[in-house]
Amino acid sequence: MENPTTSKVVLLACGSFNPITNMHLRMFELARDHLEDTGQYSVIKGIISPVGDAYKKKGLIEASHRVEMARLATESSEWITVDSWESQQSDWVETSKVIRHHYEELLAREHNRDDVDTVKYTKKRRIEENYIASSVHHRKRDGPQLMLLCGADVLESFGIPNLWKQEDIAEIVGRYGLVCVTRSGSDPHKFINQSDDLWKYRKNIHVVHEWVTNDISATHVRRALRRGRSVRYLLPESVVRYVQEHSLYSAESEQKNADVVLAPFQKYSDASTSG
Amino acid sequence: MASCRVPLVLLACGSFNPITNQHMRLFELARDHMHSTGRFEVVGGIVSPVSDGYGKQGLVPAKHRISMAKLALQSSNWVTVDEWESQQPDWTETVVTMRYHHGRILKEYEQSAGRHSDASENFASPSSPFPQLKLLCGADFLSSFKIPGLWLDDHVEELVQRFGLVCVSRGSLQPERAVHESDTLFRHRRNVFLVREWVRNETSATEIRRALRRDQSVKYLIPDSVIEYIHQHELYTEDSERRNEGTALRPLIKQAHQPIKSLDD
Repeated sequence: MENPTTSKVVLLACGSFNPITNMHLRMFELARDHLEDTGQYSVIKGIISPVGDAYKKKGLIEASHRVEMARLATESSEWITVDSWESQQSDWVETSKVIRHHYEELLAREHNRDDVDTVKYTKKRRIEENYIASSVHHRKRDGPQLMLLCGADVLESFGIPNLWKQEDIAEIVGRYGLVCVTRSGSDPHKFINQSDDLWKYRKNIHVVHEWVTNDISATHVRRALRRGRSVRYLLPESVVRYVQEHSLYSAESEQKNADVVLAPFQKYSDASTSG
Repeated sequence: MASCRVPLVLLACGSFNPITNQHMRLFELARDHMHSTGRFEVVGGIVSPVSDGYGKQGLVPAKHRISMAKLALQSSNWVTVDEWESQQPDWTETVVTMRYHHGRILKEYEQSAGRHSDASENFASPSSPFPQLKLLCGADFLSSFKIPGLWLDDHVEELVQRFGLVCVSRGSLQPERAVHESDTLFRHRRNVFLVREWVRNETSATEIRRALRRDQSVKYLIPDSVIEYIHQHELYTEDSERRNEGTALRPLIKQAHQPIKSLDD
């Protein structure tokens, strides 16, 4: 059931997904619950966009595997999908460009009314409650919104020199919006407060508190796999099988790009030195 | 060269209300750990949901908890669900459950060992140790030994001396401290295996039930088949959470006449 006074939202998550874990998937679920709980939004779709190999992160395995694992992981989801556009580009693509690309696609598709009703039976009760509660005069934002979904670590990475362009950060939070799921040990509110750019657009930054710590990091998963330890129940079953079948994640794969500079640093420091 | 690894079965007792990915992780972590000691070969895992007589608040009927555990473990080739404990008329002490399963395992072992020695005279390895059964639990379980009236001292003694514990640490709890603070545990510390779970994963059945009451998603925390079952049978509501409200846990009543001696002196 679509509430006519809510804004439609698509959540986009960029990252290595090396490999995708239950924690990544949880992030989507938590974000959706949070946004819909405000009564102002209706989350119609989730997009996982694995980064291209040109990102040159240490231990990053081939995009084809990472995309396929993400596909297997989201097979059972009715609203989360995987997009391989970013991973297929020959150069690393800035996040702001990825967002722009997907936003344009979203607008184009609006004509087809391609919405997925992600509202399940148990949620209908809550949506109805919110509908009655919210003012009928609430002005609906025209068109769907695309928001970047990320963990607090990504938000805090805005502060790392040469990793992001300031104008890109401004565009992401100013024009689109950010949904930030906090992991334990980080305080996104403090970080937002300390940055003028983020503070200016604080209304577009939705902080979702993950009360139950679920720190399944891909780094940990790769480490466990290197040591021959089980990763069952940390990743979807189909992904565990895929990893085993293709013998992914060894000591060797972890050394990939060990002596290479991360693409953003390469790109932005080139730009700064070329004056 | 036949290694002298002891065949080991891990038994997890608990409410499993409902079973979660975290419960199943316990088995995986424990198996990896016990294998890596070089002394054990984990040959089986048993999930034994407690009976309704336990009287814990929010406990839904055993038949549901068993069904959900079965669904969750469908894809596992070494962990199974056992209904014996849940079918007993009264709440059963953990040690009694362990005695039952250990007896069963030994009997099966004797029967199969008998078959093998008939079949092949080359089979017999010089030391073919009897299988062992150890209790698998989280660190919070270890701390529960301190709660007055919840455990009989004799039982704790039998549990660690005769059987043994495999305890997976979670979050900020420090099982080493619990071992240190209990003379009984300390005395048998060689039979208490502490497994470190580095991934901080605090998802618990309590949190799952809370999320379900609030219409929040629990996908990726428990298997899809269990989520479906919960919705089909409309389990875990505000009403179900109030079950047994105000009732004392059965162990506290059953063991009330026993002298209570503090374990941490």
